[in-house]
This record gives sequence, structure tokens and C-alpha cells, in this order.
Amino acid sequence: MLIIRDLHANINGKEILRGINLTVNAGEIHAIMGPNGSGKSTLASVLVGNPAFEVTQGEVLFYGKNLLELSPEDRSRAGLFLSFQYPVEIPGVSMVNFMRAAVNEHRKYNNQEPLSASEFLKMMREKKEIVELDSKLANRSVNEGFSGGEKKRNEIFQMAMLNPKLSILDETDSGLDIDALRIVANGVNKLKNDDNASIVITHYQRLLDYIVPDFVHILYKGRIVKTAGKELALVLEEKGYDWIKQEIEE
Amino acid sequence: MKDKNIIDNITTDDYKYGFTTNVQTDIIPVGLNEDVVRLISSKKKEPQWLLDFRLNAYRHWLTMKMPTWAKLNIPQIDYQKIAYFANPMVKKPKNIDEIDPELVKTFNKLGIPLEEQKHLLGGVAVDAVMDSVSVKTTYKESLADLGIIFCSISEAVANYPDLVKKYLGSVVPYTDNFFAALNCAVFSDGSFVYIPKGVRCPMELSTYFRINAANTGQFERTLIIAEDDTYVSYLEGCTAPMRDENQLHAAIVEIIIHDRAEVKYSTVQNWYPGDKNGVGGIYNFVTKRALCKGNGSKVFWTQVETGSAITWKYPSCILKGDNSVGEFYSVALTNNYQQADTGTKMIHLGKNTKSRIVSKGISAGKSQNSYRGLVKIVKNADNARNFSQCDSLLLGNECGAHTFPYIEANNETAILEHEATTSKISEDQIFYCNQRGISPEDAVGLIVNGFAKEVLNKLPMEFAVEAQKLLQISLEGSIG
Repeated sequence: MLIIRDLHANINGKEILRGINLTVNAGEIHAIMGPNGSGKSTLASVLVGNPAFEVTQGEVLFYGKNLLELSPEDRSRAGLFLSFQYPVEIPGVSMVNFMRAAVNEHRKYNNQEPLSASEFLKMMREKKEIVELDSKLANRSVNEGFSGGEKKRNEIFQMAMLNPKLSILDETDSGLDIDALRIVANGVNKLKNDDNASIVITHYQRLLDYIVPDFVHILYKGRIVKTAGKELALVLEEKGYDWIKQEIEE
Repeated sequence: MKDKNIIDNITTDDYKYGFTTNVQTDIIPVGLNEDVVRLISSKKKEPQWLLDFRLNAYRHWLTMKMPTWAKLNIPQIDYQKIAYFANPMVKKPKNIDEIDPELVKTFNKLGIPLEEQKHLLGGVAVDAVMDSVSVKTTYKESLADLGIIFCSISEAVANYPDLVKKYLGSVVPYTDNFFAALNCAVFSDGSFVYIPKGVRCPMELSTYFRINAANTGQFERTLIIAEDDTYVSYLEGCTAPMRDENQLHAAIVEIIIHDRAEVKYSTVQNWYPGDKNGVGGIYNFVTKRALCKGNGSKVFWTQVETGSAITWKYPSCILKGDNSVGEFYSVALTNNYQQADTGTKMIHLGKNTKSRIVSKGISAGKSQNSYRGLVKIVKNADNARNFSQCDSLLLGNECGAHTFPYIEANNETAILEHEATTSKISEDQIFYCNQRGISPEDAVGLIVNGFAKEVLNKLPMEFAVEAQKLLQISLEGSIG
């Protein structure tokens, strides 16, 4: 589904990604861990086409298509979703109008008719259940006045509405209490199937107790320096990142 | 990212209504003097009292100077280089079949049908004005059955002189301001509406103003009279061809509202705004005022202002009758080099009068957008109330938003509230929308329409949808 080859990227002229290689297949969950500043969020931003970052080298194929040539909106329509670490507030734009525009853009891209108002509202009601999102939140402006936990739940709600092929969860666990974490993780698990895949970016093992990865990658100084099964997360939890750093420096 | 700002790189998109119509037009020579005023009056076969009114206005205008207090950079206007009367209907048609097909085609292209639909009252009746002349007023006869008069002001002068004489200039006298005096001297066509006692007008009445001829000014004059216990909703729309020179539109709208009557006046102003470098465009200098004369009378102004190179416009309410209500809802959008200085005046004269102001300013490109409003409570206006809200939304770093609220409260029982906010569309917001599959243009449209929602909701249905699209189209190219 996703093939990343030798990906390099800059922000403000500073190189953050220095040769990423990663392959994600349908049905897989990949965790990306690593110390602060290692490039985890940059990788997520580059994949979804955030214009603040400049790709200087390498290629990314998504279902065989050159992902880097697509506009951010076309990447979304092609099935790429990012759960933002810091979702922005959009005052005045109701969640209903926002999601309706998004869902219908996706449908148009796939040569489907737009949903009628009643079909759409029915879909909203169903998907809200997945993350136990309060009905009132859906009638408010996008993320406006939402608590940290509500914003993250709202991200997963949008993921449920758009049904992406590949979802990237960027520190979705940060700022969540244990109950909210469980609700969010359950939501992600419910959306999981054999045709889609996830990249879970996190600092901590605790999210991976709920969302169990097939692979754990350690990102350090812009490169993936170690890849193993889920047990690697436990080692990191216990020993921190220092041993990795030492291993690399040697 | 190499300093690439998502919200910059300003270019205009096509102005959809920028075409010209090839029609034989009788245009008087450019220039302004007493003979020109007399010529206009004689072309319109006006009575002596109206010619006197015009001449008095003209003589007064000569003593006046153009106002400079607005936050507008208005280039010198040479009033001798403007033609003051242009008639696109050289032959007077007796019915629709005799109107030059080019004109019918033009209004069809603008979405303004001149043919009446067969179904009963309930839609929209239109007075279509091109340059200085009303081309056609639809549903005139069906409305007349209810006693409603809806016709061009020229016809009203001929057919209902007493009404026109009684009310013309009674709300906006020719001494009011520079542009009002000019309008009184040379006004051409516009609409006349009279709603007799106790009648609720079943249709939306509307006037569509079109400037077509080059080098001409349009001096629209509209007069609306709502007798006791009546209701009418009136809409106004306007467009003009794309031209390199600036054209002047100086209008007066007067509304007189008697006991318990209610008038809703909505405008979607889409005059040609000039190109992306600020060349061309209409100068829109307009005086609109409603007199809430009667007890419990109400007026609602709603305006969506997206066009014109320069807008100078303050639809106002004189709340003379006790318990009268005035409300003003405005969305003003400026892009490229457009300038707008717009707002309202709420003059509380009667007791228990209420007013409400909701102004939403949207600035993009290198434009300047100002809200200017006066709330005045006179000494005897006990228990007056006003609520004002002025919000500004900025797109990019080179535009300006300004708010000039004036308050004069001379009565201790008055309660006034004022709220104001300024916000900016951020690149993060646009990118968030992009990541959900929404294009940058649509993202800005969503955000702008969300911002303006409270005002757009006040428009009649048919107009609200149009206005939403218009806001988005007017911003096309403001992101890139």
C-alpha cells in the first residue's frame, strides 16, 4: 500500500528526515517511536503534504501512485488520513457542514453521488457512536471550545466518517486521560480491517497496550534505526532511548 | 517551505457579469450644468415642480465639497467627463415582445427573467433598470389588483405625482450630502413601491440595476412607502461590465414606514470591482435611509457588499415612532485593491425604540475595509436599546480592517452594547480542511460563509444561496 524510499525532507532549510525507508501493507499496524525531535511528526506531515515541509530526495508510492505529486486534498481523497497532534479550531464552521463537504469531496473523487442530507445525518449518528462523541459536539463549530480529549475523539470520528485506507495517528494519546485513551483506542480498533492500515506515532508504550502493533520502528535523527515486533516497545518503556543512541554511535 | 504563504499571491478570478450588451443607446453628451439637468428632466417629460427640485439640488451641489472623512482614498472625479443620461431603449416598447431582444437576452444572462411566470403570486417581481432607464417591471398588473404600486420612479412621477411629491426628498433632502445633492439633480430611474394600508405584499419585489454604457454614471432613485399595518420584502441586485475607467453610481433610497408596518430591504451589491491591479471598477456612493415614522414600525436592512472599487454606504434608520425597530445586517467583502467604508446610523428619536447592528467585514488582498456606525439616542428617547456587533476577518497580511463606532447617548435610560472581534484565516485552518479532502478555495468558502452566516440567514432564500456562492467567487484567487 505504502512504500517510502530514501525520503529526505527539510523545514526552513534544516534537514529533519534523512533517508526514511518504510513499507506498509494492508492489514498492518506500524508504531513509530523515538525521542523528541527525531522526526516522527515531520514524517506524518510530509506524507500528508503539509506545505511547510520540503521534500529534497526520495519517493513515496501509495497504491503505486507517486504520492508526493498529489495535492494535500487529493491525498486525503485517495485514502490518506492524519489524526492531528494539535487539531485546529475553525470558528463559524459547524462540524456538520465541515464533514458533509469532506465526505462529498471524497465521494466525488470516487465517482459517487453526493449523499443527501438525511443519508448524511444518519451516517453521522452511526459513526459518532464509535468514539462516544456527544451529539452536541457535532453541532458546534469544528473543534471550537473542545477539550483536549474531545478534539482527539473528534479526529477519530472524522476518520470513521472518511474511512481511510491508511491512517496516521500523530501522538493521538498525548493529553488524554486513561478513559479517553481507551475510548480513542477502541475507536481505532473498531475501524481496523484487512484492507486498511495504520501508522501510530507515539512516545509511550501505554497506547500500544490498546492498539497492538505488528511492527515497532525506532526513529532517531531522521532515520529508522531499528525495527522489531511489539516487544520492542516494552524494551523502550523499560530502558529508555539511551541504549539505542549508544548502539548507533558505536 | 520557501516562504510560500498559502494565503497570498493575489489574483482575481473572472467577474462573471463583465460582458457588455450591444444595443443602440441614446447617450447625452458628457458634462454637467443647468442645461443638462433641464435636458434630463425634459427627456423624462417631468412636471415643473420636479425640474425645480432638480435645479435647486444642482445649485446646492455647486456649493458643496466631496466628503473626505471616510477611510477611503478617492481619486479626483471629473464630473464634467461623465454622461448623466443613457437610454438603451430608443424605441418605447408597448410589451415584452417589443423590447430589444438583446436586452431580454442580457437580463436572462444575468438570471433576471423579464417574462412573467404563469403561476400565481408568490415569486419575485422584478423592475429591471439598465443605465438610466427601467426596461421592464414584471407582475405590475397582478400587484395592482391588491392596490400595490410597483413601477419605475419615472412612471410614478407621471401616474402618481401626489405620492411622489409628498415623499420624494422627505427622508434624504438634497442638502443631506454631496452625493445626495448630485443624485437629486440628475437622478434617472429606480423603483417606486407603495403598499396600501393593511396589505401584506405576497411577492418579493426586486430591482436589478445594470450599468452598460461606457462613461456614464448611474443615478438610481428608489422610493418605498409602507402604509399602516403592511409588510413588504424588497431586494436589490446590481452588476456592471468590466471597464478600465471608473464609473460612478450615486444612488438614493428612501423608505417611509407608517404605524406597525414592516419593510425588509436586502441588497446584494456586485458592481464590477476593478481588476487585480485596482484598475477600473464602480464608485458606489450611496445614501439609503429609512424613516420609521409610525408607532411600532420596523425596518430591516440586509446587505451583502462584494463589488465596487469604492463603496461609501451607510443604510440608516431614523426611529421616530415610539416602539419602532431598526436592524442592520451587513457582510462587506473586499479583495485586491477594493475599498469599502460602510456601516449604518441608528437615530433613536422615539421612546422604547430598539436597534441592532451586525456587521461582518472580510478583507483580502490589498483591500481596505471599514465599518463606520453611529448610534444616537436623543434626550427624549426614553428606554432606547442598541446592540452592535462588528466582526472582521482577514485573509493575508496586506489588507486592512477598521472599525469606527460612534455613540451619542443623551438619555440616561438608554442601554447600549457593543461587541467587536478581529480574526484571521490561518494556513493551519486551510491545511486542516485540505487534509480532509477540501480544496483551499472551498476551505476559504466554508470559513467565510461560516463567518457571515448570521447575516446570510437574514436574506430571502433565493438570495441567500446566491450570496453564499458570490462570497466564494469573490475570493477566488485570493489564495494560491
